[in-house]
Amino acid sequence: MSNTITIWRKELQSYFRSPIAYGVMAFFALITGYFFYVGVVYFVRASVQSSMMGQSQPMSVNESVIRPLLGNVSVIGLFLIPMITMRLFAEEKRSGTIELLVTSPIKDLAIIMGKWLAALTLYAAMLGLSLISMVTLFFYGKPDVRPMVAGYLGLLLLGGALLSIGTFISTLTKNQIVAGVAGFSVCLMLWVLDWMSSFQDSVSGKILSYLSVLQHFDSFSKGVIDSRDVIYYLSAIFIGLFLTARSLESMRWRA
Amino acid sequence: MIKVEGLTKRYARHVAVDGISFEVEKGQIVGFLGPNGAGKTTTMRVLTCFLPPTGGSANVAGFDVVEQPMEVKRRIGYLPETPPLYPDMEVGEYLDFVGRLKGIPSANLAARIDEVAERCAVGDVKNKLIAKLSKGYRQRVGLAQAIIHNPDVLILDEPTSGLDPQQIIETRDLIKSLAGDHTIILSTHILPEVEQICERVIIIARGKLVATDSVANLTSRLRGSETVSVEVTGAGADAAGVQKKLEAIAGVSRVSHKDGRDGHDGLLSFIVESQEGQHIRPQLARAIVESGWNLNELHAVGLSLEEIFLELTGAPKQDVISAHATTISTSVSEAESAASDDATTGHAGGEK
Repeated sequence: MSNTITIWRKELQSYFRSPIAYGVMAFFALITGYFFYVGVVYFVRASVQSSMMGQSQPMSVNESVIRPLLGNVSVIGLFLIPMITMRLFAEEKRSGTIELLVTSPIKDLAIIMGKWLAALTLYAAMLGLSLISMVTLFFYGKPDVRPMVAGYLGLLLLGGALLSIGTFISTLTKNQIVAGVAGFSVCLMLWVLDWMSSFQDSVSGKILSYLSVLQHFDSFSKGVIDSRDVIYYLSAIFIGLFLTARSLESMRWRA
Repeated sequence: MIKVEGLTKRYARHVAVDGISFEVEKGQIVGFLGPNGAGKTTTMRVLTCFLPPTGGSANVAGFDVVEQPMEVKRRIGYLPETPPLYPDMEVGEYLDFVGRLKGIPSANLAARIDEVAERCAVGDVKNKLIAKLSKGYRQRVGLAQAIIHNPDVLILDEPTSGLDPQQIIETRDLIKSLAGDHTIILSTHILPEVEQICERVIIIARGKLVATDSVANLTSRLRGSETVSVEVTGAGADAAGVQKKLEAIAGVSRVSHKDGRDGHDGLLSFIVESQEGQHIRPQLARAIVESGWNLNELHAVGLSLEEIFLELTGAPKQDVISAHATTISTSVSEAESAASDDATTGHAGGEK
């Protein structure tokens, strides 16, 4: 456990010493801020219009602002996560520091968990930035907190799953850029799979839509925590980390 | 302390280490010598539990590298060929990180960091970023990292490669000073380094063990006869005459005249080889002086490690000579060889 913390601390330090953390967070803040602004402006205009037309039914902030925003955040995550994970193992392999880690009296699991948790921490900090926009909604309206909590839980699970896959990809190469591009391609594929959900009548369509990481996020963004989706993400995290462990081990006999 | 038996490491296409066996006793400094690609690094990686062996066994401080890797890792300090440094860390932070990895209790950690930093002479750069350090400092930080948990065994992979002569001398002294407390294996392809630092030498070539012995034994084992270099001047001294005279001395087996080294002032230079077990230097000196010539120089040419190495590994001569040339330029500074008394041993290989 203390070894995991040692690695976690070192990884976080190194994120915040390179431009990566700042770049990723700044980009994320900018783009979510933009989506938030557009969403709110649209919402205000629509609600003014509907009240002028005498419709008595009030519009929901949760449904019209928060839910689309969370959906957008999940897609932005797909693009930013490879940037977070690409250096995790690739850099250690390139510089040879992996020899230090592997010849130290710590378990591989501690190395992997430390690195993955550090990536998750950075991702969570990034999500935290989008909360600033959410908080402003409470000054001017009465949005429901519970769907927001569910939404952020879903984002964390989604991120955790993609980060574990990215971590695995990073063990496959010495080159950060290769790890980044490969991670990005995988995330893109997972996103594209989501489009298949519109052909859900065929069996293959159903399978593909079950595999789509974004499909499972849908219920979270509605405020529903479905155990099926939670299990999906947890197993994705497990598979990613398991593959990472195998890959790290195979590095020794392939060398 | 270290026991290796029939160690084999096979990769997909070739055998890197082929059935090596050796033992290292506690407190020894052992040089692991071989040309590039001989399997030095692979053997070291097996000892540090970085690579599993394909066959055979390796035992460090009583623990098997396959069965009890954690125990082995706890007792080994390892400096890979490129020091495993994080450029974005400060030296102090880095040592703190490594100390924690190696399981030093945090209560002792700060004191221990100061200790190794002082020992490896990196105390003055403790708050500097590793990225800004010179190569010599990096190597010393690498060494500090290897000894931070006071390991029984130190494994150093080419600890002086790529350093300038001054840094090489410093690093060698540092390694020698560590010898009392640790058992040290260091790999190198620089032969004089082994002569200077190590008590024992293990020579491997193409994955196979070629020789393992003390440096002194290896030298004497291969030197049955004495080789003497002689320089003569004087009136009436001509190459053929002197050669004849020298050949007539009892105990001389061969005299060769070295044209290339004759000076303009009538200096003649010869290499004289004795028969096995004969000491011929006094007789040589007397014979030359009695003939009325001047004896300018007379010294025994020791068999250098280069020659031993050649003899044992059976490498083509050209290779070793060029390897020797790089050795001279990268490792043995002019200053160093001038300072050491056996400068001739260092140069003998190049002249032949």
